[in-house]
Amino acid sequence: MLTKSTRDRAASFSRRGVLAATAGLMLGLASLTGAKAADDTIKVGVLHSLSGTMAISETTLKDTILFLIDEQNKKGGVLGKKLEAVVVDPASNWPLFAEKARELITKDKVSVVFGCWTSVSRKSVLPVFKELNNILFYPVQYEGEESERNVFYTGAAPNQQAIPAVDYLMKEEKVKRWVLAGTDYVYPRTTNKILEAYLKSKGVAQEDIMINYTPFGHSDWQTIVADIKKFGSAGKKTAVVSTINGDANVPFYKELGNQGIKAKDIPVVAFSVGEEELAGIDTKPLVGHLAAWNYFESIKTKDGSNEKFIKDWQTYTKNPKRVTNDPMEAHVIGFAMWVKAVEKVKSTDPDKVIDALPGIEAPNLTGGVSKMLPNHHITKPVFIGEIKGNGQFDVVWKTPGLVAGDAWSKELDGSKDLIGDWVGKKCGNFNTKTNKCLGSGS
Amino acid sequence: MPTKLSARFCSFVLSLFLIAFALPAFAGPFEDAVAKFANDDFSDTEEAVGVIASSGNKLAFPIISALQDGRLMADPDSKKVYVTGTDGKSIDAATGEAVASVPDSASAVRLNNRLRRSVDAALGSLTLQSPDVGTRLQAAQSVFKSHEETALEAVDAALAKESNKSVKTALGEARAAILLFKSDATEVEKLEAVATLKARGDQEAMALLTGMGDQPPSVTKAAASAISSIQSSLAVWSTVQNAWYGLSLGSVLLLAAIGLAITFGVMGVINMAHGEMVMIGAYTTFVVQEVIRTRYPGLFDYSLLIAVPLAFVVAGAIGVLIERSIIRFLYGRPLETLLATWGLSLVLQQAVRTMFGPTNREVGNPSWMSGAFELGQITITYNRLWILCFTLAVFAILLAMLRYSAIGLEMRAVTQNRRMAASMGIATSRVDALTFGLGSGIAGIAGVALSQIDNVSPNLGQSYIIDSFMVVVFGGVGNLWGTLVGAFTLGIANKFLEPVAGAVLGKIAILVLIILFIQKRPRGLFALKGRAVEA
Amino acid sequence: MTPHMLTRSLDRGATIFLLVVAALGVLIPLFNLLLPAGSFLQVPTYLVALWGKYVCYAILALSIDLIWGYCGILSLGHGAFFALGGYAMGMYLMRQIGTRGVYGNPILPDFMVFLNWQKLPWYWYGFDMFWFAALMVLFVPGLLAFCFGWLAFRSRVTGVYLSIITQAMTYALLLAFFRNDFGFGGNNGLTDFKDILGFNVQAEGTRAALFALSCLALIIGFLICRAIVSSKLGKVLIAVRDAESRTRFLGYRVESYKLFVFTVSACMAGVAGALYVPQVGIINPSEFAPGNSIEAVIWVAVGGRGTLVGAALGAVVVNYAKTFFTSGMLAPYWLFMLGALFILVTLLLPKGIVGTFNAWWDQSKEKRTAASAASAAAEDGVTEPKMAE
Repeated sequence: MLTKSTRDRAASFSRRGVLAATAGLMLGLASLTGAKAADDTIKVGVLHSLSGTMAISETTLKDTILFLIDEQNKKGGVLGKKLEAVVVDPASNWPLFAEKARELITKDKVSVVFGCWTSVSRKSVLPVFKELNNILFYPVQYEGEESERNVFYTGAAPNQQAIPAVDYLMKEEKVKRWVLAGTDYVYPRTTNKILEAYLKSKGVAQEDIMINYTPFGHSDWQTIVADIKKFGSAGKKTAVVSTINGDANVPFYKELGNQGIKAKDIPVVAFSVGEEELAGIDTKPLVGHLAAWNYFESIKTKDGSNEKFIKDWQTYTKNPKRVTNDPMEAHVIGFAMWVKAVEKVKSTDPDKVIDALPGIEAPNLTGGVSKMLPNHHITKPVFIGEIKGNGQFDVVWKTPGLVAGDAWSKELDGSKDLIGDWVGKKCGNFNTKTNKCLGSGS
Repeated sequence: MPTKLSARFCSFVLSLFLIAFALPAFAGPFEDAVAKFANDDFSDTEEAVGVIASSGNKLAFPIISALQDGRLMADPDSKKVYVTGTDGKSIDAATGEAVASVPDSASAVRLNNRLRRSVDAALGSLTLQSPDVGTRLQAAQSVFKSHEETALEAVDAALAKESNKSVKTALGEARAAILLFKSDATEVEKLEAVATLKARGDQEAMALLTGMGDQPPSVTKAAASAISSIQSSLAVWSTVQNAWYGLSLGSVLLLAAIGLAITFGVMGVINMAHGEMVMIGAYTTFVVQEVIRTRYPGLFDYSLLIAVPLAFVVAGAIGVLIERSIIRFLYGRPLETLLATWGLSLVLQQAVRTMFGPTNREVGNPSWMSGAFELGQITITYNRLWILCFTLAVFAILLAMLRYSAIGLEMRAVTQNRRMAASMGIATSRVDALTFGLGSGIAGIAGVALSQIDNVSPNLGQSYIIDSFMVVVFGGVGNLWGTLVGAFTLGIANKFLEPVAGAVLGKIAILVLIILFIQKRPRGLFALKGRAVEA
Repeated sequence: MTPHMLTRSLDRGATIFLLVVAALGVLIPLFNLLLPAGSFLQVPTYLVALWGKYVCYAILALSIDLIWGYCGILSLGHGAFFALGGYAMGMYLMRQIGTRGVYGNPILPDFMVFLNWQKLPWYWYGFDMFWFAALMVLFVPGLLAFCFGWLAFRSRVTGVYLSIITQAMTYALLLAFFRNDFGFGGNNGLTDFKDILGFNVQAEGTRAALFALSCLALIIGFLICRAIVSSKLGKVLIAVRDAESRTRFLGYRVESYKLFVFTVSACMAGVAGALYVPQVGIINPSEFAPGNSIEAVIWVAVGGRGTLVGAALGAVVVNYAKTFFTSGMLAPYWLFMLGALFILVTLLLPKGIVGTFNAWWDQSKEKRTAASAASAAAEDGVTEPKMAE
């Protein structure tokens, strides 16, 4: 009896042990396999959230890259090979971005990644790209203060969006009083710091600047809109510079419209509101409010490149109403630049492509030619558009030429002496005063 | 009345004619100015507006009002400018002669904000004697805003003829604003102007008084006392305003939470998919509006009225389906309903994302929901007002239903003592399904209202779920009145904290207060009374 | 007979669990470091980082199971303790960057430089020393849990009320850490770490060591939990879970027991967070998001509440599913699968994976013992009344 029960126990022990071990092994194996290296294609990683809070903006960018790859493959691909997109969903979860970036590079062996929207997602994947030495094209306007060897910034730096917009309001609308309203995260904080310094350098007094931050997804704007109204009725021309992010914009504009703040009284210039965001709002009460971008869907080009792009895009997505926007254009430029660089060095080796990219030129969709700079930012035109009743923008002003993106803002104390130069100095944060490359960027 | 009106109109037209003929010397510059519209340059357009408005030409009014409405067409090639009338007929803007058609190369003259302001100011002085009371009032107000000296004569002329009381006041205020800034106005005039503005007593009057620049000492003194009196009255109004905003926020919270008060509060199901029911209601509104837009554009103003019952039915049906397929297996295991409904909320979100796309969908405000009116010194927006009324109505109906209807009685019986109810012959499982459906349906109705002030996106529900739980728990689980009081308390507290602490800190403070409050009253504001040690 | 058998079989399950974790903790780093790249058994570094993350989640799940499975406290805010531990570690890692930040400022982290902070806020003092940071990893979550628990348990806040206010707590912290004025890097959080105790965080050796350390922490955490739940204290906790008032009437100070176990659990969650941060390379306020805490509770439920092993297993299974579903063809549909998984587990496996397995095992074992007893009896020639099957 006793021996029997011991045997029983031993048997159960081993059987259960085997079960657990098999389960563990299977899990491990399942994750090990699955990476099949296909040599006849060049893999392109797409790292945009398809679910969660950011899906609202990022899904379009995923479609854009798929569209561009499709177009390129129709032209015969790159270096005689077809391009293959590897799409993952980082689900608006920042640590997941890092995990997926690692997966794309090590498991799927992609040659380049197009991805990220928020600053935090970029910050999250940055160490991964540095460690594994790959290339990221980042297509969204951001706060600047960064120039990394492995990242190419095709969106606007603050000097390519915020400062021209403020200049326009000062000159054209004679604005004397400023409300800087933003969502409380790094991009608005930094942009507002830069703008505050810039406005003060132009002689605007401290009491004529009101800064207001709100949490993500803020939906009750009654108090803030009333405050803006109050601030704006102090006898000086007032404007709102809005760095309010994504979801919070719709209730903000609805409240503005309902409380009767017209663009001709207090114009709002926004840096995060484009065609895509306006597609969710009735824009009739918003006519005249402004946005500053490097691209608008409504821009007419002499060579018809924008019109052709819009048509092809709508055919590809099978949706004749699908709009285009600025971050999409940034991907278009970035993708074209990458293709050119790869063809130039006849290799997809990241080191070679990184060295080849600065100096590469690619046409943008507004009739000009953008150039990749040594600081890994690009040259772009800046447009100010007024919202029209149909959800599109009417360009009311543009910079005479292209503006070169500054990686480091000249308006901030910490960064005014810094430059990024990956060609001559091989350094992203080079202090021109001390002639030293700071930190570990060397 | 018609005779009086037409007589006034005649005199208006006549005076335009008189001015036009009295100043024939301006004909040359007028034509030059009109041609400037064709340059497609904002500063040229502004110059043209200025010249034309002060030219006294009879075409000034049609040209400028056409410019405002986007009916002024300019041909950049021939430099010709045309006015397209509201009736579709066109005239040459420089000569006033009718033309057969506007060439295709012509496009509407573009405006920017600065131009819109000068156009408003120009139209203001041109329409001060318009036959329509509303137009006159608007004209007086835009003159008040621009307060340019050139308009003084027109204001005086209009004031002499004006008989409508409110227009007269507005004109008086416009006159005061002009005089205040007129360098050669007498001290007496300026003192009178200060008094007029003090009587107006709003933000804009204060803005004028603060920004009036150098003035004689007596005027400065009068202005200072006027400013302080306006300020103190505005301070009172700002408290009223905060209270109103608090009520409005509270109504939104209540609306979002009231369905949860049933599914969670009455049935004890921790329904994490509650937010998604709200979202489904909002998307129902979107679909209704989409159908109306394409098929029956005339019905747009009724879209919400149509959407409310539909949203109730759609969300309610989904609720019944959920209860029958999932929840009913989980009664007595409340914490596991949390798990299953959380999974459900992920599925519903993704389903909507797949069906409608991840981007925001446009839900328009019907005309009766847009805009605002002034009550004293505060602005009350119609959409907020309607949402408040709507919320209270929903609450009242729900309460009445639970108290007086047969099904309400059964619901209360089942939630209070299931076995007793069953032995009295109540089909408890049917009542469960209906109760859950009712809660979900009300969440759907909430979605219709929330679509008017918030994004309609797959994330809509997520942004309300936490707040809804806070409201229900704060008010006391199982008590509808608690939910009502809880929602308004939190709303008002939030709005009084926000100006002091800012939006983010205000919200944090509210959360900390809820945590501390629950320590004080572990069963919420209105705890269910009973003798059991454990609920 | 039954409770005795149950504890014994749990013991056995626990041993296997510990052996598997220990084996993983030793073998994965070895296979990663020693075998040449490309060989069949070589574990790529990214898998080490990935599994390191899972192990940290497993510790978090364990800490939740300790209070929920054995004491009936459903915390929907445990992510807050995890994140606080993570922030304490993140602050240490930030201070280690020193002059290697992009602005080369020896004291201030980068985000403070570009937002024009002049000096380090007081609450950042001391985090340049590892021992201090390590202490804070335990102390900060522990203190918060102690204060929170002291208030809540003393006022007898229970059930959903407790769950909802823990949710309020983590939500408030989420909003607070989002604020840039708060001095923790706002939405971007803390990132771009360089070294830990002088070792490069991105080096393969460091990753392998961190993984082994996480496994060790999981083992220690598990042993602590086992020790607690199988002691007399654990019996009182189970009594509290099943009938709180009755336990109180029997003369136990229920709130002290709850407070103790809640604080221990928070410290464990803090350790999990601290190990998590160097492995994923970022800590930011989204870790405080109420959804994350709910998900952690769901891992426990999927694995099996009140089994400890199940909690850890559930964390790994759910997160593995998430990793698997979010790439490739399934990416657009992964939320359907995850959601369906949660619903199905609740409906079909109410005791979770391990709980169901245990029940099935015990049942079939009972059958077998009954059958063998019957056959033994038959051999002896003695007839016994048939046992119920």
